[in-house]
Amino acid sequence: MGKFLKHQIKTWGLTELFKGLSVTGKYFFKKKITVRYPEEKTPISPRFRGHHALRRYENGEERCIACKLCEAVCPANAITIESEERDDGTRRTTQYDIDMFKCIYCGFCEEACPVDAIVETRVFEYEFHERGPHIRTKEDLLAFGDKHEEQIAADRAADAKYR
Amino acid sequence: MSFEQFIFYVLAAIAIISGLMMITVKNPVKAALWLVLAFISTAGLWIMAQAEFLGLVLILVYVGAVMVLFLFVVMMLDINMSILKEGFTRYLPIGALAAVAIFALIYMVVGPDHFGLDKVAAPDMKPAGYSNTTEIAIPLYTEHAYAFILAAVLLLVGIVAAIALTLRRRPTGAVLYQDIDKQNKTLAKDRFEMVKMDAVVEKAVVENEEEDKK
Amino acid sequence: MFDAIQAFLSGFLYDWLAITITLVLQAVAVILPIMLVVAWLTYAERKVIGFMQVRMGPNRVGPLGLLQPIADALKLMTKEVIFPAQSNKYLFIIAPVLAIAPAVAAYAVIPFSDGMVVTDINAGVLYVLAVSSILVYGTIVAGWASNSKYAFLGALRGSAQKISYEIAMGFALVTVLMIAGTMNLTEIVNGQQGGILNWYLLPLLPMFFVYFISGLAETNRTPFDVIEGEAEIVAGFHVDYSGMTFGVFMLAEYAMMILISFMTSIMFLGGWLSPFEGIPGLEALFSWVPQLAWLSIKVAFLLFVFLWLRATFPRYRYDQLMRLGWKVLIPLTIVWVFVVGAMKYFDFGPWFN
Repeated sequence: MGKFLKHQIKTWGLTELFKGLSVTGKYFFKKKITVRYPEEKTPISPRFRGHHALRRYENGEERCIACKLCEAVCPANAITIESEERDDGTRRTTQYDIDMFKCIYCGFCEEACPVDAIVETRVFEYEFHERGPHIRTKEDLLAFGDKHEEQIAADRAADAKYR
Repeated sequence: MSFEQFIFYVLAAIAIISGLMMITVKNPVKAALWLVLAFISTAGLWIMAQAEFLGLVLILVYVGAVMVLFLFVVMMLDINMSILKEGFTRYLPIGALAAVAIFALIYMVVGPDHFGLDKVAAPDMKPAGYSNTTEIAIPLYTEHAYAFILAAVLLLVGIVAAIALTLRRRPTGAVLYQDIDKQNKTLAKDRFEMVKMDAVVEKAVVENEEEDKK
Repeated sequence: MFDAIQAFLSGFLYDWLAITITLVLQAVAVILPIMLVVAWLTYAERKVIGFMQVRMGPNRVGPLGLLQPIADALKLMTKEVIFPAQSNKYLFIIAPVLAIAPAVAAYAVIPFSDGMVVTDINAGVLYVLAVSSILVYGTIVAGWASNSKYAFLGALRGSAQKISYEIAMGFALVTVLMIAGTMNLTEIVNGQQGGILNWYLLPLLPMFFVYFISGLAETNRTPFDVIEGEAEIVAGFHVDYSGMTFGVFMLAEYAMMILISFMTSIMFLGGWLSPFEGIPGLEALFSWVPQLAWLSIKVAFLLFVFLWLRATFPRYRYDQLMRLGWKVLIPLTIVWVFVVGAMKYFDFGPWFN
């Protein structure tokens, strides 16, 4: 009987509704955690997987040796590589394209690379307005790597001991 | 032409046109919607005749409830019009005869012999404080109280009959029912129990982990 | 003021033309502020819900995002109105009109302060009920004319829900009418004079909740918005609407919310009466506050509750919703009709003299 009465009072007094309202009412006055994006930015991890880049050695020689491991591991088949023997007898790529529409930014290419040539940078603010530029050629990627080399090297160094 | 006459003719025209459309239009949903329009314009005419209670109740009951249920039924039916039209020419003479007979009857009752500006005196304008609601309520609940209660009981019987006809209890084993009252009364502590346990590390797990480290 | 305008106009125009122009002016004087309130109510809704979810809500367009409604309106107006294949074009266009016309027409009898009302008719409560019952046609016609299963399901759900909750709503109003003894909205408010205790809120507390809950269902607001149910029927009756035809449905929904808030504050919260009436010091202190301001404060609070509920509660399941309407609210209102009858018979409290 007591339990029945208690249940009835709880039901008709709408206690649970008011409990819910009090929770949202409390949150109404809490400090807001919104990050106003273009002006404010959240910190980015050195492991962030954004736009790709091809790196060079310090002497200016490109790292990529056209082993095609990244092409093989890519789950989205976004990478296309053609290779040829260069005049000095080393194997180099003649074509290294990444289709940015196919890429899922999984980072497998970076993991597979034996010479740390292909890397994913922390740059994520880029866009394509038409078809064509979304396929990043070898020249694009190398230029991108040259431009951001400092940041890329710093990120690799920061993450080195966990690899 | 005074403002009241202007409104009257507009509403009357809408009522007549929508009535005609209602019986001529092919699609039953559209017919129901034309009927709604006819109801609304008729309610407007009643309100102009200073019977605002009747006019508003017409909208509330017929437009707001009855016609919605009508539409409900009509929208969900898939009526095959070709079957309905079968034998149209065969029944035409009888139908025409019936139509003429009904028209004659109506003409005899509400024809120009009985209606018209010279036959019926214009209703006197009611004073400003006149309330049609109280005018209806007082006779309804005094003189006609029994008839009113009888009508209410009749409606109640109708409700009970409708429920009795459609209610069918099937054994709970055959069909699964959700008992919402029971669902609402469920408390978290009826459903699961929190068991307090000591934090014990299993020996085998530790040994395995140590082996992995070696 | 409008009498003066009419007298001025009839000096050089036909009589009926003068009356029509005056009526249109009166309508504009009521509808324009309501539509502005509707516009910024959408902003308030997004802001309030955002705040309750520890977000900021719109804050880009204008200072604090205050120009957001204008941007939204511009966007909706410039978008293309798409007609679904094999939809019924006339009914498809008429549906939003059917939705907004009653929502706006009901304001004709709402008194904004003592004497500030377009038409002060005797059957005001009945008029509001009757007009808001036409509102169902907007959803039904929209659902049927779109020639879409989702829209049709939404329309069926919506109309069944609205009819069910209209009964509870009507009964809740019957108790108010029993206490007030009149259907004139101005007189109902005047009957509550003499401080907070004389408001109908106290003797009709359960009816206040019933009315407000039915109002939520009537306007398809969140715990009862199965009509839109984006999880299962996408957007319900207005899936196929785009651009301003969709915008008109939104306008109707918010106009109806404001109407329900007005009705609730007039029926239960003393309308434009000051809550400090009868309290010696405070009454004189707040005597400068206009009546319209008190009514606005009450309406604003109720609208906030609308948004608060939306931010708090999940959607009802359809059978639970029907159960709440038919098995809880309607029996409760019928019981309370008898309770009020008994209270009236025994001259209980300050309400029945």
